[in-house]
Amino acid sequence: MEFDHTYYAFFIRWLHVLNGVMWIGLLWYFNFVQIPNMGKIPDDQKPAIGKVIAPAALFWFRWAALGTVFFGLWLASLNGYVMDALQLGLGSGIAKHAAIGFGMWMGLIMAFNVWFVIWPNQQKALGMVDCEAEEKARAGRTAMLFSRTNTMLSIPMLYAMVSAQNLY
Amino acid sequence: MKNPLETLGGTITAGIVITIVMVWLIGTYWA
Repeated sequence: MEFDHTYYAFFIRWLHVLNGVMWIGLLWYFNFVQIPNMGKIPDDQKPAIGKVIAPAALFWFRWAALGTVFFGLWLASLNGYVMDALQLGLGSGIAKHAAIGFGMWMGLIMAFNVWFVIWPNQQKALGMVDCEAEEKARAGRTAMLFSRTNTMLSIPMLYAMVSAQNLY
Repeated sequence: MKNPLETLGGTITAGIVITIVMVWLIGTYWA
């Protein structure tokens, strides 16, 4: 095995996927496990989730989101298609660039949502930042809806990324 | 109409619909 460009690109892809599994795994934990079951937990036990589990999960969630974007853009530039992909293949006319481009834009929107919508609102909802009760409830709902938006986007995003590598 | 993101089922359905539209777009205009 040679440490050539092929190995280098593979290695960065591995780091991209490691971060991506951590990120989307936790996103799906929030949406498939935590949010739907919070109502079933007695009020006196809710702080175990709100004060301990959720903040820890959010730590790995947001840094893995950043790591996924970092290694993803690194990989795309190593493979020479970062600009063609960000233009959705409209310049090159190549289907692979359109597929990876759709995936990249959905991933970038999702990472933006994590850092600039979900995280600031979760800090209020979980009481990590002081605010009025009404604002706390509104922040919780906003965080939930943007988390759901990301879950929705994760489905076409993964199709786009995996198909770009395997079908086109 | 209820926001599909209110439920997990609606969220997944919306994700699948977007996927189908995207695959159709790529297949029609790029591939």
